[in-house]
Amino acid sequence: MRRGAAWLVLLLTGCNSYQNALGGDGAEGANFVQLFTVFMVVCTVMYLIVAAALVFALWRRRRTALVLDDRTHHQTSRVVRPALAAWTALIGTGLVVLTIASFFTDRTNAAQGSKPQIKITVTANQWWWDVQYRLPDVSRNVRTANEIHLPVGIPVKVTLKSNDVIHSFWIPNLAGKQDLIPGRQTDAQLLPRKVGLYRGQCAEFCGVQHAQMALDVMVESKEDFLRWYAGQLKPATAPANSLQLAGYRYFTTRECSTCHNIGGTPASGQVAPDLTHFASRRSIAAGTLPMARGNVYGWVADPQSQKPGNRMPTVGLSANDLHALVAYLETLK
Amino acid sequence: MSLRFRSSIAALALVLVLVGCDREQRQTRGKPLAETIPASASPDTVFPGDANLPKADPRAAAYEGNAAAISEGQRLYNWMNCSGCHFHGGGGMGVALMDDKWRYGGRIDQIVATIVEGRPNGMPSFRGRLTGQQVWQLAAYVRTLSGQERKDAVSARADEVSNTPPQTQTKREPLNPADSAEQ
Repeated sequence: MRRGAAWLVLLLTGCNSYQNALGGDGAEGANFVQLFTVFMVVCTVMYLIVAAALVFALWRRRRTALVLDDRTHHQTSRVVRPALAAWTALIGTGLVVLTIASFFTDRTNAAQGSKPQIKITVTANQWWWDVQYRLPDVSRNVRTANEIHLPVGIPVKVTLKSNDVIHSFWIPNLAGKQDLIPGRQTDAQLLPRKVGLYRGQCAEFCGVQHAQMALDVMVESKEDFLRWYAGQLKPATAPANSLQLAGYRYFTTRECSTCHNIGGTPASGQVAPDLTHFASRRSIAAGTLPMARGNVYGWVADPQSQKPGNRMPTVGLSANDLHALVAYLETLK
Repeated sequence: MSLRFRSSIAALALVLVLVGCDREQRQTRGKPLAETIPASASPDTVFPGDANLPKADPRAAAYEGNAAAISEGQRLYNWMNCSGCHFHGGGGMGVALMDDKWRYGGRIDQIVATIVEGRPNGMPSFRGRLTGQQVWQLAAYVRTLSGQERKDAVSARADEVSNTPPQTQTKREPLNPADSAEQ
């Protein structure tokens, strides 16, 4: 009994609302859940029929040699032949139903991408996501990392690229997987139907920190989205006190700015996550740690202890530099 | 074939396989304090002649012939835009790195000093811009461009479009100081 309960708990840990392939919170996800249900029902019915036939065959009295000899087997075939014909017809119908259902699901999903209102480019790196919102007016483009905000009910086209190895873009609640392949461009369509927080995850093994390559997806009302977007358009907050200023100076003149960009400052590295609005995000290092002061300290001081093998080196900061840097990073709302 | 012969062959194969484990030893964190190169302690790298070279830096052992360090260096070579001037070893605005001329020395610690200090006529200093570990990784990769590294540690595939043979087939160039090579 207790062991059964333990197994149940273990199985149910797979069920959460924010990362669930059967959540159906996006149009494609919902279509998929529908298709899954149709397959499940058809296959269950067929399975039960096969199982019933098997049980019947085992249970029925075994035919003796005598029965075969008296030439009465044509009597059984009067039952068997129509049964076999019906069985074949059932299989044919089932397969046709499944084929048509998958065809129409596929067409519906493909049609969603025809009129996107928002275009996003997601570039995968070992082991984080670079996210860029692309508008016709390039001065209103926004760049962020490891976080996507989407307005509910608006179709989005996501262009997918990779800088190093093959990754896979997967937000289980919203849509299926799509690979990101270096030197090539792929795309995905999203149409979120329900406001909420979802978790995306790299779905193609991409190296030592593949498991810590997550993506926070916030589906918001249109007003909330526009408010967030307006905030992202602003340059970074200027340092307000001497400690923050010291952090700003360290960041813009030392190791940090070699790789990281902060909009509106001389820090303009392009190979690491954009930190212009770092403190407004939900997590640090692609979902590795929740955003909190202690975690920022831990991450900046020694990223290799939090996510061994990641591309951010342990700099070996002095305590004063660390305090100043964290004080500055926390202002980047 | 006797059983003893067969088992000794198997043991030999096992030893050969285990030797390979050394090739990619990975230190994710480096040794931050020891590897930070203080301004005063960086080695003087312009040695008169070949006669009295100082002893190699002990840190070199952790990076030379280490596949993980070399591949990280290869990535940094593009990230830090070394290719902007040196191209992929052939040189352009900056000097070539795949030939046999080393104006400031071709030993790994000399290359590290060149990256940290910068050199006249354009090579910028990366002091305080890269960590010590990153500089050593870069230097380990730069050495592979002229075939100085073990062939089993270098990358067989270049990240960029390339018309040169892979590094596993690069000829090993001698480490001549530029002046003596031109004489």
